[in-house]
Amino acid sequence: MAKNILLCGVGGQGTLLASNLLAECAMEAGFDVKKSEIHGMAQRGGSVVSHVRFGDRICSPIIRKGECDILLAFEELEALRWTEYLKPGGLVISNAQNILPMSVSAGNAKYPTGITEALAAISADVTSVDAIGKARELGNQKCLNVVLLGVLARRIDEIKPEIWPEMIRKMVPERLQELNLKAFKTGWNLA
Amino acid sequence: MKQSSNRAFLSGNAAIARGAWEAGVRFAAAYPGTPSTEILEYCGTYAEIDAQWSVNEKTAMETVIGACYGGARALCAQKHVGLNVAADPFFTVGYTGVNAGLVIVSADDPGMHSSQNEQDNRYYAMMAKIPMFEPSNSQEAKDMTKAAVKMSEEYDTPVMLRTTTRTSHSESIVSLGERETAPEREFVRDMGKYCVLPHNARRLHVKVEERLKKIAEFGNNCEFNRIESGDKRIGIISSGISYCHAREVFPDVSYLKLGLTFPMPVELIKKFAESVETLIVIEENEPFIETVVRTLGIKCIGKDRLPVCGELNPDIIHESLSEFIEKPMPALTKPPAVDIPVRPPVLCPGCPHRGVFFMLRKHDCTVTGDIGCYSLGAFAPHNAMHTIVCMGASITNSLGIEKAMKEKIHGKLVAVLGESTFMHSGITGLLDTVYNQGRHVTIILDNSITAMTGHQQNPASGHTLKGAPAKVLDFEAICHACGVTNVYTIDPFDLKAVESTLKQALSESEPAVIIARRPCFLLKNYKPKVHLVSIKRDKCVKCGICWKLGCPAIEVNQQDGKTQINPTLCVHCGLCAAVCKPGAITQAKEEV
Repeated sequence: MAKNILLCGVGGQGTLLASNLLAECAMEAGFDVKKSEIHGMAQRGGSVVSHVRFGDRICSPIIRKGECDILLAFEELEALRWTEYLKPGGLVISNAQNILPMSVSAGNAKYPTGITEALAAISADVTSVDAIGKARELGNQKCLNVVLLGVLARRIDEIKPEIWPEMIRKMVPERLQELNLKAFKTGWNLA
Repeated sequence: MKQSSNRAFLSGNAAIARGAWEAGVRFAAAYPGTPSTEILEYCGTYAEIDAQWSVNEKTAMETVIGACYGGARALCAQKHVGLNVAADPFFTVGYTGVNAGLVIVSADDPGMHSSQNEQDNRYYAMMAKIPMFEPSNSQEAKDMTKAAVKMSEEYDTPVMLRTTTRTSHSESIVSLGERETAPEREFVRDMGKYCVLPHNARRLHVKVEERLKKIAEFGNNCEFNRIESGDKRIGIISSGISYCHAREVFPDVSYLKLGLTFPMPVELIKKFAESVETLIVIEENEPFIETVVRTLGIKCIGKDRLPVCGELNPDIIHESLSEFIEKPMPALTKPPAVDIPVRPPVLCPGCPHRGVFFMLRKHDCTVTGDIGCYSLGAFAPHNAMHTIVCMGASITNSLGIEKAMKEKIHGKLVAVLGESTFMHSGITGLLDTVYNQGRHVTIILDNSITAMTGHQQNPASGHTLKGAPAKVLDFEAICHACGVTNVYTIDPFDLKAVESTLKQALSESEPAVIIARRPCFLLKNYKPKVHLVSIKRDKCVKCGICWKLGCPAIEVNQQDGKTQINPTLCVHCGLCAAVCKPGAITQAKEEV
C-alpha cells in the first residue's frame, strides 16, 4: 500500500510546515515515509509543491502522474495546475483563496474564472474550504496551513486521530501551539 | 533536530551533517549553493563541529584540506558548479591524500531547479581519481558519509559524496547513532606528501593509481554495491535516486545497486550481467555507469532509450522502457479546460533591488548580470539583465564587451552583482577592469546577506555561521584599494539618487562603482520604520508605470484596469509612489 499526497501552493503560504507535520504523523503511525520538494525559489512567491508518500515500503520520493490520492491545494489556481498528478476520481481539497501571479497582476494574463466547475469536472470528490477565512478568524492567517492539515487529517483513515495534535505539540514552538491546535480542530470540523 | 527515540525524519542534507557528526568530523566549510546549502547549516547545529561559511568554494575546499592536514576530520560541501570553482585544490588533494578523514560533497542539480547547467559531477571523481559514493536516500546519505570518512583514512585519500537535488532535498527515515571519538592527530611536516612540486607529484601520481586499484577491489565486495536478486529476465544497474525511481517502475526484477560508483566494481558488474537476460542501466543525465559497462564489452540498454537531458522520474523511465513492462502507464485525470497562467518567482515586495532595475531599464543600459536573487532582473517587467554566466562573471563580462565594442558601448554598460557574489569572485574582476583600463559601471547590490539560498551570513552581514559577531567588510575601501576613484554609495529606495548617480557614473571616463546598500526586506531582525503608502484610485490613469516595477503588491484590477495595492503584500517601500506621475499613489510624510 502507498498513500500519495501532493501539497501545492504559493511560496510563503506554509506548505512546507504542513507537509513536515503530515510526514511526521505518518512516521509516528508506523509507516515508511518519503517527502520531496524543491527549495530555492520558494521564498519568492513562486509555485511550490511538496510530495508526501507513505506506506509499507516507499521507493521513489516522487508521486507519479495519475497516482496522487489526495491533492491538497493552498490556492485555487495551484489546485488546477497540479491536477495532472491526481488519480482519476482522487480527492481534491482546496483553500478558496486566489493569489494573483505576476502575469495576472501586471495585466498580461487573466486569473481563470469557474475554477470550482473546472475542478468538479475533474473529480467528483472536491472539498473547497474557506481555510484562509477561518485562519483570519483565529487571529493569524499564517495558521492557514494547519487549518488545511485538519481538513486533510479527517480524510486520512490510516493515521489515528490522536496522533495529529500530539505531533503538533511536538513540532510547533510552544507559544504557537494553542493557536495551531485550534486551527487543526477548526479544519477537522470543516471537512 | 526533529527526532523520536533513535529515528528521525531527515533530508539527505541533514543526514549528511548527522553522518559527519557521528563520524567525529570536527570542521566543515562551504559557500552556500542550492541544493547543498543546508548541509553546512545542519553541521552548524552540532556544538562539536566548527562550521563556517567561506567566501567561495575554493577557499572552503582549501580550508578543509588544511583542517584535515592539521588532524581534524573535515567536510566541505558545494553545489555542482561550486566544484568548478574549487576544482584546482580538489584535483591536488587527490594527490597529497589526507591526514584525518576528508569528505567532499558535490550536490548536483539534474533538471536545473536552481542552476545554470546540469553538469554530471560523477566525471569529476573519475578525472581527479577520487573515490565516490552516491546515496539514494537519507539513511544512505548518513551511512555513506561515515563510510567516506573511514575510507579516507584507510586509503589516505579524499572521498567524494555525490548527491542530487532529489537526494539532498527529499526526506526519509534515518536511524541515528552516537558520535565516534576520532583519534588525536596533528600536522606532521612531510614535504614529499604535502608539497606537490613536480618531482613529488610524479611519485604521488603512481601512488594514486595503486590506491585506485585497491579501492576498486574493495568495491567488488563492499556493502554499498550489492546484487538484489529478483526476476532474472531483466537486470538493472542503477545508483542514487535513479535506483529509487527504477524500483518504483520495476519492483520485481534483479538489481545491481551501486553505492560506490568510482572506481567502478568491474568484477561485480560482469557477474551480474552474466546472471540476467536483458541488462538495463538506469541513470540520470550522463551515461557514466553505462560507458563502463559497454567498455567491458557487455551489451546493455541505456541512453539509447533514456534521456540525457533533465531530471529522471518513474514516469520517464516507464515511458522510455515500456516494452519491458507489462503494466500500462497510470491512467491520467483529464486536464482542466482552463488556461492556467504561470507563476514564476519574483522579487519580493520591499526588495531593495527593484528600484535599481527600474532605472537600468529606463536608461536602456546593457547589463551584464550575475548569480543571485537579482538574476530575476532578467525577467519581465524588469528586462534589465542581458548576460548571466557564472558567479562573479558580471564585471569581467562587461570588461570583455567593452574590449569588443569600445566607444559604441561606452556610457551604456553596467555590471550588476550582489555583495556576496562580489566577495565570492567579483573583486578580482574589478581589479582586472581597473588594470586593463575598463570604464563600465559596476553596481554592487549590498543587501547584507546571501539571500538567494535562504539567508546565509557572509562578511557583509556581521555574523558567522555559528552566530558569532564578525568584522564587516568595508566595500568602499576595497573598491578604492582596487584603484576605483569613483565610488558612490546610495540607498536604492531613493529613486532620485539611483537615477542621478547612475547618470553621473555612466558619464565618467574611468570605471565607477555604485554600492546600492539596503538590507533584504526578509531579514529576521530588520524592522525598518516606514511611511505608509496609499492609493486614490480615481486619480489612476492606467499609465502602467507602476506595473513596470514588477511588485507583487501592485495589481491591475480585473474589472476597471486601474492599479490597486494588495494590503497584505505591501510593505510600504514607496517605490510606486515615487514613480506615479498622476499622484494617485502617495506616501505619508510621517514615519510609523
